[in-house]
Amino acid sequence: MRRRRALWFWVFVGPFALGLALFTYVPLLWSVGLSFFDAHNTVTPTHFVGLDNYTAMLGDDAFVDSLKTFLVFTAFIVPTTYVVSLSLALMANRVRWARAFFRSVFFLPAACSYVVAALIWKMSLFNGVRFGLANTVLGWFGTDPLPWLASTDPPWYWLVIVTVRLWLQAGFYMILFLAGLQRIDPALYEAAAVDGARPGWTVLRHITLPQLRATSVAVLLLLVINAFQAFDEFYNLLSDSRGYPPYARPPLVYLYYTALGQGQNLGLGSAGAVILALVIAVVTLGQARWLKLGRTDADG
Amino acid sequence: MDDALVRAGRAVRLVLLVVLALLFLIPFYLLVRDGLASERDITSPEWTFFPRELRWGNVRELFDDPSVPFARSLLNSALIAVATTLGTLLLASLAGYGLARIPYRHANKVFYGILGTLLVPAAVTFVPSFVLVSSLGWISTLRGLIVPTLFSAFACFVFRQYFLGFPRELEDAAQVDGLGYWRTYWLIVVPNARPVFAAVGTIVFLGAWNSFLWPLVIGQDRDAWTVQVALSSFTTSQVVRLHELFMAAAVSILPLLLVFLCFQRWIVAGVERSGID
Repeated sequence: MRRRRALWFWVFVGPFALGLALFTYVPLLWSVGLSFFDAHNTVTPTHFVGLDNYTAMLGDDAFVDSLKTFLVFTAFIVPTTYVVSLSLALMANRVRWARAFFRSVFFLPAACSYVVAALIWKMSLFNGVRFGLANTVLGWFGTDPLPWLASTDPPWYWLVIVTVRLWLQAGFYMILFLAGLQRIDPALYEAAAVDGARPGWTVLRHITLPQLRATSVAVLLLLVINAFQAFDEFYNLLSDSRGYPPYARPPLVYLYYTALGQGQNLGLGSAGAVILALVIAVVTLGQARWLKLGRTDADG
Repeated sequence: MDDALVRAGRAVRLVLLVVLALLFLIPFYLLVRDGLASERDITSPEWTFFPRELRWGNVRELFDDPSVPFARSLLNSALIAVATTLGTLLLASLAGYGLARIPYRHANKVFYGILGTLLVPAAVTFVPSFVLVSSLGWISTLRGLIVPTLFSAFACFVFRQYFLGFPRELEDAAQVDGLGYWRTYWLIVVPNARPVFAAVGTIVFLGAWNSFLWPLVIGQDRDAWTVQVALSSFTTSQVVRLHELFMAAAVSILPLLLVFLCFQRWIVAGVERSGID
């Protein structure tokens, strides 16, 4: 009986577990292996170079800069999305009129890809020429057109990059917050009203936010993990037929060009991927500790 | 409580919501506007809210343009998205059910092995996965674009959570009737779990249709391009005509808007019960 159950367990779970092992664990281990070899254009190299790829990557200013770019990006996008999606949820939750409409409108961008959104942002909204919408609006106030994506001083391209992602993902996190809001016991608000708490800031601070703690932790973790994956909007906003400008290169864009660009340096690319994975693990675990993941009491 | 104050607050909130909703809709409007305008209209030094002429012929022009493998890329995306969705639903739901319901000594270890892969951001593994897929000789094949993406730990996790909360009585009755795990699953569990299939299916479909990095890396030949890769290569080249590009982008989001409108309720439900709180 027990053996039959074990057999059935593997009938159900086996194909999935096997595929996951093959397409996640195997590549990861292979990559770690490759990172110790001189692997140009080959996945079965023979020239062992020890830690050379690692020292090359860590000594490469462009790679170290890409890590910094990504940290700056995360520092911008995580708090901004958190505040915007929470505000959208609070407003959309309490509006009495056309609730479904507002929810849909804010969630709709989730159906858009980064490629399409980047196209609109780059060619239509923040086009550096006069006919772009943003520059047209600036023109109404008598301001000269700004070269949004080409300007590094001041770095206007950050505004473009941050707003694309904000538009695309705020609605998704709003839904998470809405789900969290629905679970708050209305009695808590009634009790607060009896105690004379005025609706607004006080109630938000002492009831709503503490009750949303679990959702907030999940949202913050997801935001950081997703920020680490940033590739699509950077690549589509900033690269053109001449290539990619030297600024604002997050690690994945850098690795893309290193491993799959002309040199196809897979050893170097793998070392970069391992370093990036370690950085991500450290930041994610640090954040989980800081947020006291797993704590469920709601007394904030 | 001051009634007038409450009402004023409500009005301010409503105005704010309307303004934000308009801001969120502007990019969609720009997409449609530029897709239906003429090239000259888009680059006109004078921006106008409505294009001076509406050109529905842009659709035909896009599909007739021989320099743009657009129809082919749409077909590729459709094949990939459908296959990925069906494959993911099958594999992840079976695994989720096994993990939730079949008692097995090492089930927890297997579960943590699966969950652990969620900690490795998918994008970090693109170099190693490229290495594997290229050594299999799967570059620029549909296999290479589909198979490695079929094993979603996230989908498996959602199914497991869902089946854990599934009422056991139905399954117990089936077992008493002598149905084994396999038939219980197909005859009793699946028909009663439609919401979670719809929710996960929609999320996977959106993700597969919109994914970019993996198809960019694996689909190197023009014939293996997905819609996203095709759009991206037009954006970064100087040759393509802007109105065609915008029309292409607008066409590319139509299938998703349809899926979205049909399944929106399920997406919300799926997101809410994805167990991330």
